[in-house]
Amino acid sequence: MTNPTELKYSKDHEWIKEDGENIIVGITDFAQKQLTDIVFVELPEKGKQVEKDKQMAVVESVKSVSDVFSPISGEVVEVNDKLVDNPETINNDPYGEGWFVKIKVLDQSHLDGLMTSTEYEELIK
Amino acid sequence: MVEFGGWDMPVFYTNVIDEHNCTRTKVGLFDICHMGEFLISGKSAFDFIQNIITNDLRKLEVGKAFYTSLCLENGHVIDDLFVYMLADDKFMFVVNASNIEKDFNWLIKHKIDGVDIIDKSKETAKLDLQGPKSFDVLSKMVDVSDLKRFHFVEKDVLGVKIIISRTGYTGEDGFELYFDSSKAVDIWNRLLELGKDDGIQPIGLGARDTLRIEAGYSLYGHELNEHINPIEASTGFVVKLDKDNFIGKDALVRIKERGILRKVVAFEMIDRAIPRKGYTIVKDGTELGYVTSGTMSPTFKKGIGLAFVKVNESFVGNEININIRGKLYLAKIVKKPIYAYNGR
Repeated sequence: MTNPTELKYSKDHEWIKEDGENIIVGITDFAQKQLTDIVFVELPEKGKQVEKDKQMAVVESVKSVSDVFSPISGEVVEVNDKLVDNPETINNDPYGEGWFVKIKVLDQSHLDGLMTSTEYEELIK
Repeated sequence: MVEFGGWDMPVFYTNVIDEHNCTRTKVGLFDICHMGEFLISGKSAFDFIQNIITNDLRKLEVGKAFYTSLCLENGHVIDDLFVYMLADDKFMFVVNASNIEKDFNWLIKHKIDGVDIIDKSKETAKLDLQGPKSFDVLSKMVDVSDLKRFHFVEKDVLGVKIIISRTGYTGEDGFELYFDSSKAVDIWNRLLELGKDDGIQPIGLGARDTLRIEAGYSLYGHELNEHINPIEASTGFVVKLDKDNFIGKDALVRIKERGILRKVVAFEMIDRAIPRKGYTIVKDGTELGYVTSGTMSPTFKKGIGLAFVKVNESFVGNEININIRGKLYLAKIVKKPIYAYNGR
């Protein structure tokens, strides 16, 4: 799967889609492959303040527990609750139905440090 | 890949859930070469072994194997192992990879005259063939039709002597094969070839763990260690206090008389969550114990685990809470094993 060029990427393997004053965040195809079958996801609650590079969600495969970090600081304004019942969506459609949260960006400058798809592909080479 | 007992081992070949289900419904092949094998022989071998294990060697006969624990004087578990009776004066110990050196030193320390102890771990390959189709697959290579559970035979296969026991660590019918490691690749490939029509897959450590947790088997370092006695580990069935003296007996007699304070139980999650080793268990604000092994169960599709809990709270049906990342999730104690033995 190729990494969509319209998205931005973090070093922690999240993708970021700009959506007005909000961003939508998910994990990359590379990350879901590394995690293998995702069987559990713990998402933040709506309204929660998340901090850049701090734990925002947890994904678990049969044999692993991994933190998902927030790429920026802000407030969670929407959560993809469907993932709780169907965590495998993250494996099947990481850039679409597998999105995690929508965050209202506190500091737009946080977006500057993110990578393009080409830069991200260099990172995971 | 993951480091396990000094070996680089694959957690999975394709993926854990597939491999787990393949073993439950078809057949899986496990590379278990990391485990240790000792050969113990000589005219005093029987007496020597009877004195160091908790199980009663008189229950064994040539061609049979049993599970036992090896205890310190204080009754705590040095290792859990299988003993194979090869002849009246010849036995094989199958021990955990991480404990090979420790066990060997312990045996040497207690060695008596008339006993030879050889560590054959390096030159012994071990492959496990497990699952409802394991008999069909193995039968294409060698006749094992008369082999009953916990029995073994020695057979010449592809120019190598193989000890084949009808034993396993999965909760399924299955076999464990021991032979000279120079033939490991040949036998491995041959079994994969013979099992093709039955859907055989190589199985990694990940599924080995999920299978054994469902089947309620202890894993040293989790349910057993040198701070745990076999009675509280719920492996008291291999402690035979009616036999003559053995190392740890006095302590275990006292433990039995006094009663244990905690024991290993199986539990399943009621809330959606996955328990993991080390998570604490609470009820009504009191800490009851901790999770020793936990996973998402591929068979039952929910979180399951094994745990130490206070004895008075260890009854089946008791609802408990697992503390996962600071939040409490509901679970209940269930009958162990969660997955009943499915073999013959």
